[in-house]
Amino acid sequence: MSNLEGENVKVMRAKAVLLALVLLLLLWQVLAWIVNLAILPSPWEVGQTLIRELGRDLPGHFLASFWRVFASTLLAILFASPLGLMLGQSKPLDRFFAPVIYLLYPIPKVVLLPIVVLFLGIGDVSKIFMIFLILFFQILVLVRDQAATLRPELIQSVRSLGAGRRALFRYVYFPASIPAILTALRQSVGTAVAVLYVAELFATQKGLGYYIYLKGSNLFDYPAMYAGVVAMSVLGLGLYFVVDWLERKLCPWQFAR
Amino acid sequence: MIQVRNLTFEYATDQPVFHNFNWSINKGEAWTILGPSGCGKSTLLYLIAGLRQSLLGEILVDGEQLMRPRPQSGLIIQDYGLLPWATVRDNVRLGLDIRRFYGPDGKHAPVEAKVSDADVNFWLGKLGLQEQAEKFPGQISGGQRQRCAIARTLVLQPDLLLMDEPFSSLDAPTRESLQNLMIELWQQHNLTMITVTHLIEEAAILGQKILLLNEPPNLTANVIENTSFDKPDIRSDPEYLHLCQILREKMSK
Repeated sequence: MSNLEGENVKVMRAKAVLLALVLLLLLWQVLAWIVNLAILPSPWEVGQTLIRELGRDLPGHFLASFWRVFASTLLAILFASPLGLMLGQSKPLDRFFAPVIYLLYPIPKVVLLPIVVLFLGIGDVSKIFMIFLILFFQILVLVRDQAATLRPELIQSVRSLGAGRRALFRYVYFPASIPAILTALRQSVGTAVAVLYVAELFATQKGLGYYIYLKGSNLFDYPAMYAGVVAMSVLGLGLYFVVDWLERKLCPWQFAR
Repeated sequence: MIQVRNLTFEYATDQPVFHNFNWSINKGEAWTILGPSGCGKSTLLYLIAGLRQSLLGEILVDGEQLMRPRPQSGLIIQDYGLLPWATVRDNVRLGLDIRRFYGPDGKHAPVEAKVSDADVNFWLGKLGLQEQAEKFPGQISGGQRQRCAIARTLVLQPDLLLMDEPFSSLDAPTRESLQNLMIELWQQHNLTMITVTHLIEEAAILGQKILLLNEPPNLTANVIENTSFDKPDIRSDPEYLHLCQILREKMSK
């Protein structure tokens, strides 16, 4: 793909996404007119509230939530990818751990939340750990499967160029695991934010989940509650965009045709 | 250049692929190893590459016993040898990057290694890959991928070139042009070359001498001299055609 072509595709995609956004806002507006109740404020009203709230405590809550997702993502990558690489390259290890992962992987991690809170308390640690759990298994499984597809021929031919263990890691295993990590993140970033929301409903005074709950159920400030929902959506969408961008930046070979 | 002494190798106990096998190669020779699948020809090549270890006996390359891959040997395999996420240029440069990564330690890279990125451009040009340099392996043809693998190996200035079925997955015209190219490169760069193949014609074109292997265990080296080697228009040469006939008969025995 030439650069010019690539730019054109990018512009077209951006246009399409923007158009979809406008359509969704219009739909929301029409619904708000029809329903005409306080529990469904118009996007215009929510927008104004959002701007007002940005000057108050909303950014603090946003940052608290962002920090929890960011920290857990980083930890999950750091722990899961080396383990995934090891399992993917060692058949005996994989045979040993595969049944364990098989049992743990499909468990909806969010049901573990009360237990995690019992053990790790109600602070940041339990929330970070919850999201970590979700991302950990996703990354582990995808990196493992990716590492298992690395052909022995490839490893041998790179070894024949002089590569020992360290160079193999640097030039083969590490670059091979990047697309798997990003795919795992793309698949699970939505779930991570959803679980974060639930986790932040539990005894905490910081984070968007708490903010939404507080404004809606306690203060009945519906436009502010909607502003919180928008902020949480922006968080999820923003993370998704970052992963998308990283994929194009770090794995250009997957898009080259 | 290479001495294989009393080599014994087996994948499963008491089913040796090689037993007390002796074979030697002089510097600058072009050899092919021919045989049906499962005869152990690739195994022998990987042993010489230092990627497998023998059970008994020893392999000497340049007078030194082989314990691990030696930095002056180059290996080209049938397919899948290129990094799919790296461009053609980065793939050709991979060996240099690995050498820089370790420094000239004599173990991963020769002590007197002096290769520069200018060599990368030279080999990209020499193998006609200049226009493909920024493409990924998935975007180029099979023949171009093998050219890339050849460039990646030769940029390291090896003294021994090992090839495992290098052109088997290519169509006939591409295969023939790459065979011609290898003969040319062998002459120009004073290489010692060993090619493993199951194709009779390829064995007769790329081998000055042909090592014929059969059903294991291989006990003795069955060597056939190729008098038609390196002749112009070898493919229509009667001597070459006759040799192919002989090889065909020996293989079907």
